Amino acid sequence: MDGSNDLKKVAYYPGCALEGTGHAYNRSTKAVGKSLGLELVELENWNCCGAMEVKNVDPKIQTYLSARNLSIAEDMGFDKVMAPCNGCYHNLKKAEYDLANDPKSVEVNERISAKAGHDAYKPGKVETIHALDWIKKAVGEEELAKRVQNSLKGIKVANYYGCMYTRPRHIFPEKDKGPGTESTAKPHFMDDILAAAGAENVEFPLKTACCGGAHSLSDSDMSTKLVLNIIETAEACGAEVIATECPTCHTGLEMHQVRAEKVLGRKTNVKILYFTQLLGMALGLSASKVGVQENLSDSRAFLKEKGLG
Amino acid sequence: MTLQAPLDLDGAIALADAVAASAASDSAPLEAAKRLLGAGEVVLEAWVEAAGNVPTDEEVEGYRLLALHRQGAKGNPSFNACRETCRELVYLRNVVEMSLSEGDLAQARHHLMLEAHVLRHLGLFVGGKLHESGLGDFCCSSRPLHSADSTITN
Repeated sequence: MDGSNDLKKVAYYPGCALEGTGHAYNRSTKAVGKSLGLELVELENWNCCGAMEVKNVDPKIQTYLSARNLSIAEDMGFDKVMAPCNGCYHNLKKAEYDLANDPKSVEVNERISAKAGHDAYKPGKVETIHALDWIKKAVGEEELAKRVQNSLKGIKVANYYGCMYTRPRHIFPEKDKGPGTESTAKPHFMDDILAAAGAENVEFPLKTACCGGAHSLSDSDMSTKLVLNIIETAEACGAEVIATECPTCHTGLEMHQVRAEKVLGRKTNVKILYFTQLLGMALGLSASKVGVQENLSDSRAFLKEKGLG
Repeated sequence: MTLQAPLDLDGAIALADAVAASAASDSAPLEAAKRLLGAGEVVLEAWVEAAGNVPTDEEVEGYRLLALHRQGAKGNPSFNACRETCRELVYLRNVVEMSLSEGDLAQARHHLMLEAHVLRHLGLFVGGKLHESGLGDFCCSSRPLHSADSTITN
């Protein structure tokens, strides 16, 4: 990913979650993009990336489903597609990797693509980027800082990236390439962006720890314990807000924060907000414009107290 | 801290809870930090043994914990979901030592408390993995929906 101009207008793959529980992330991502003069063009007739459900039934079909979205981006004339959801981002990256390295995946992709009546996606045509890549590379911290109208100064933030943004490392060849690139061991793009908006990032040792997201239905108690530990650790680090960049992580943190209080009697006070919501408010957008009212975690009074929204 | 070294995974989590609660006034933070690191090894030993293997005594980058993680992840890439958690344990133990060498007891205690939280996470994560059977590769906790023991399809 080099040069910022070609990131001003990118293909947008919101994925299923951003049309449902993660709607506030969709809303705030679009609002931030518009505010920064960036353009998102949603993929036409996109489909589910295969998420974890299809992958567990047949990983090759999941590869096809993700590859079809990349194929649509290519047909629309884009060489970059932005996926804000960690699960989608991960799956599109994995499809790219598998199609470049696994002949069986190529064979299945070609067979199903022919059946579906479209050209099979060939690796190397479209690069998948995350919303963090998009904002950091297309705008940069210096420009962001200039555009801040309501500084996040005084707000202590723990940045939570979840486990799929950096794993497995081999599907993210652009990471760990030295200064300016993202780190898989200690990711920092969200920290960089929110620091540019004035936030005080706290040292947070569970940035990429598992939140038990996939356990949520099959073993809710385990998910609640994992999330509670993440939240309590953030509070022990002095955080008032946990910033998220994945709809699944975000929903999990919100739901299990409530459940921890109800089931385990452990009340926590940290607020959970998408990084795009924090950034949007710093850029002068209202709380409703970035969908704060759609969050389960009610942070409206807190934000008002901080002079935001 | 006068707690004995934990003998099992639950003991490791109990140690983490106890240290987290008392870290702010701990009189020997480095000893407690080392004990937490040892408890991390106990957690990973449980995972390695559950897979029918003998826990290694080797070290990676000077730490047995990291060697145990590498052993536990061999043939099971989903176990890499706790790789950074293990590295954080090592890092925080070292920060406790460094803080003390600089005479900063408050920083040492703060990082001891963080280390306890990280150990608790490792214990919960590995405990969850042990509890689940037939894990898939998508992430740490998924499993094939059509597996014979699936509670969804049965």
